[in-house]
Amino acid sequence: MKLVTAIIKPQKLDEVKAALRAIGVRGITVSEVSGVGRQGGHVEVYRGAEYPIDLIQKIRFEILAESKDVAPIIDAIVKSAATGEIGDGKIWVTSVEEVVRVRTGEKGSAAI
Amino acid sequence: MSEVVLSAGDTAWVLASSALVLLMTPGLALFYGGMVRSKSVLNMMMMSMVTIGIVSVLWVIYGFKLAFGYEANSEWYGSFSLSGLGEVVDELANNGGVYPIPLLVFAVFQLMFAIITPALISGAIADRAKFLSWGIFVAIWVTVVYFPVAHWVFAFGNKVGDEVTGAGFLAARGVQDFAGGTAVHINAGVAALALALVLGRRIGWQKSPMRPHSLPLVLLGAALLWFGWFGFNAGSSLGANAIAGLAFLNTQVATAGAVLGWILMEKIRDGHFTSLGAASGAIAGLVAITPACAFVAPWAAVVIGFIAGAVCALAVGLKYRFGFDDSLDVVGVHLVGGIIGSLAIGFFGSSAVNGIGLDGIFYGGGTELLVKQALGVGLVMAYSFIMTLIIGFAIEKTIGFRVNSDNEIGGVDLSEHGESAYELGGILKGGR
Repeated sequence: MKLVTAIIKPQKLDEVKAALRAIGVRGITVSEVSGVGRQGGHVEVYRGAEYPIDLIQKIRFEILAESKDVAPIIDAIVKSAATGEIGDGKIWVTSVEEVVRVRTGEKGSAAI
Repeated sequence: MSEVVLSAGDTAWVLASSALVLLMTPGLALFYGGMVRSKSVLNMMMMSMVTIGIVSVLWVIYGFKLAFGYEANSEWYGSFSLSGLGEVVDELANNGGVYPIPLLVFAVFQLMFAIITPALISGAIADRAKFLSWGIFVAIWVTVVYFPVAHWVFAFGNKVGDEVTGAGFLAARGVQDFAGGTAVHINAGVAALALALVLGRRIGWQKSPMRPHSLPLVLLGAALLWFGWFGFNAGSSLGANAIAGLAFLNTQVATAGAVLGWILMEKIRDGHFTSLGAASGAIAGLVAITPACAFVAPWAAVVIGFIAGAVCALAVGLKYRFGFDDSLDVVGVHLVGGIIGSLAIGFFGSSAVNGIGLDGIFYGGGTELLVKQALGVGLVMAYSFIMTLIIGFAIEKTIGFRVNSDNEIGGVDLSEHGESAYELGGILKGGR
């Protein structure tokens, strides 16, 4: 079992959600996050004074999946979230030891 | 002896103007409140609200008499009297001549000016002042600075026949300030500089971003100020007449010019037309036309406004060069704008526009008027700056003027008022 974590641009939220639903992903967790990568921040100007904004708003997806489903999930996110511009985000995959469904107590693949 | 009888039209206009000017102070609270961070917006607005409370009470007890009483026959202050204003209900206002409006209507109109002047200062000490200390400062400051200065500028004395008693020092010398460029804006602007020096810079100033937390509030506040300013300027004619109309039109077109002046300046310098710039430009234009609105032609009002907008857009950067944390640019907008407007009368003033006005340099009047205007600017600046420093340091050394660093970082809304302004959902809770 794997955990797929993806950081994407906020304006791609709806497209990525739709792409994941289209390939049958049923459970996602989405959160608002701030961070910085190669894109760097931006500068805002108020009454002539420059304020460097070094942390940029992003959206984080977390998806639990069986190992065989990871490749299509990554593919769906890349296709739906990429603009070709710097700052499109990142995806990484980590191994998960155990998953439990709270309602029934089911474990492992049955709980995904 | 008075042949003047009460005019319903004039009285109605001054009453309406008084309500308009009162609205400027809550407007200022929104203008300032939007510019601070969300952790101190309530404190910023409360500094204006409590000023309405304090000054209104003092005004009835002794403030009006100290500013506009003439029994003492002094150029520097009105009269000392704990009058409560109960005995003058049937009198008409006499300020260099009898006006066909009740004295109490004049008193309530002038009260609104006494309220907004100290409220303007609060923008210089955002995020870091003890609320009780602010209240004490307001009470002392209006008593020793505003009430006397209002007398210097606005008190034209009790005129009976040809004899005038108790006229203010600047008013008696023909310094022209129709609605408060010196008494209100230069006075508040230079006091703001003094208080910013007393309280010192905020923690993290110029290091951490201190962005305005709500520009829509700033724009709403600026719009209310603009609306209320018609009462401030056109109401200062103390009647529904041609001068009120001139002041009204000049207020509109100077402000419009200043909006354009400010955003063009920042487009050239910084690359964007900002909403904060448009709001700030409006205020700069309103400030600049305040002393001049009844003495210049409308075309000149546009020029004065445009210059004020462009120059104030540059002047707000001075605090970074000199290192004082005038948090919301009271100096760059009100002091600089007030000076521009007060001195502009010396150039653009025209007796053809207003019979009681004098000709400025551009109308062949020579430098006499400009010298008078400079006297008014200089005297008010010097007095207000020194007195504000003394009052500020006295409060700082006794009860303290500034909150401790934990409360400053945590936010003065919580430490001074026990409240927080917003409880909002985020992007995923319908808040986008």
